[in-house]
Amino acid sequence: MSAATYDVVIVGSGIVGAACAAECAREGMRVAVADQEMVGGGATAAGMGHIVVMDDSEAQFALTRYSQQLWQGLRSELPDDVEYEQCGTIWVAADDEEMDEVRRKQSYYSRRQVPVEVLSARDLERLEPNLRKGLAGGLLVPEDGVLYPPCAARFLMERAQAHGASLDLGVRVEEIGKGRVRLRNGAEFRAGTIVNAAGAWSPALTPGIDVKKRKGHLVITDRYPGFVGHQLVELGYLKSAHSSATDSVAFNVQPRRTGQVLIGSSRQYGVESKEVDHAILSRMLERAQAYMPALEHKSAIRVWTGFRAATPDKLPLIGPWPQDSTLYLATGHEGLGITTSLATARLLVDQLTGRRSAIPVEPYLPSRSSTLEHAHA
Amino acid sequence: MPELLTVTVNGRSVAVRAGATVAAAMMIAACDCRKSVSGEPRGPLCGMGICFECRAMIDGIPHRRSCQIVCVSGMEIRTDE
Repeated sequence: MSAATYDVVIVGSGIVGAACAAECAREGMRVAVADQEMVGGGATAAGMGHIVVMDDSEAQFALTRYSQQLWQGLRSELPDDVEYEQCGTIWVAADDEEMDEVRRKQSYYSRRQVPVEVLSARDLERLEPNLRKGLAGGLLVPEDGVLYPPCAARFLMERAQAHGASLDLGVRVEEIGKGRVRLRNGAEFRAGTIVNAAGAWSPALTPGIDVKKRKGHLVITDRYPGFVGHQLVELGYLKSAHSSATDSVAFNVQPRRTGQVLIGSSRQYGVESKEVDHAILSRMLERAQAYMPALEHKSAIRVWTGFRAATPDKLPLIGPWPQDSTLYLATGHEGLGITTSLATARLLVDQLTGRRSAIPVEPYLPSRSSTLEHAHA
Repeated sequence: MPELLTVTVNGRSVAVRAGATVAAAMMIAACDCRKSVSGEPRGPLCGMGICFECRAMIDGIPHRRSCQIVCVSGMEIRTDE
């Protein structure tokens, strides 16, 4: 029996794998995608769908901004159920120290041509009356937005399929490398290039990748139209979300088109179980209520969890794996995979076709000076 | 004589026995508990707090399960739209 042969076989049909499939197929490559479950069923379904420009590092800024612009360019083609809304982010400052951070952020974004607006305490109260009184202010980033990630992944995968890509769901990939993708059921694909886009599961297929599972919880409420208007994120998030050693929670709420309120966020390393962890869930909801006291009377209808694929330097791995010339990585997007999926696909295809990229690719190459060294620098 | 108390359902006074649920008051008033997203009328189905079909606005708070909440004198109950 001869194995099916493709130019590119992508393992993983989360939003990153789907975006890569769409971009490769559009380029005329023969593409196959394999996933152990469904399209967009892993971290994609557990992400808020916040399309956000970040400024942790120059490389993180470049990737998130580039990708946000790609989303904006795609906007008119997105089906209604992707629920893309350019609602803007408000980074909420609780005190004067966090207002200093607002001004630092304002200057950083402004110098890079990202429109922002500093909000006084009064502005914040007017824009988001359900936030508690006495907050210091905030930073509005109007071009940030939200979308519904599972439908966005499905849309990208359908684009890939429209360009001839084949999709195999419910198949467990056992082994990848040296141009071969072997499935548990014994079937095999041959590929000029294999892309490991398996997110939190990517290290199981490519031992040696420095990607760890980072568990998160989300809660969604019943419909309360108008309760919140922007994606609201506490600036303390910068301290809590990135203190990588311990479990953390942060205030992060999002308006959905349905009027529902999506509430995050939690971060935990070293947990394998998908079960809801009531202790950290309580902390997360207490944090949310500390910022929005009226959440207390809202009814939550569902709680779920997922695993981010986290790297030590908080940048994804996009490019060739040095130990195997047929293997590329598109993983390690942590909490930014929805935002950065489109740019990831572009950078990947640029590398496969030898094209120059719109932004420097070096910061995301898997070969970058050991990511551990980076984290300690 | 059982004790009676008065609540309002969609602005109309309704007398109910002490211990009656909000869902019961809404039935007495012949009002729907809520309208579904597509505009259909909804009312109690399971009567034990599981199905969420009987959500109503109680004292200004939407989406409360009327079958699980006992009437209190003066309570303002409205169809959740």
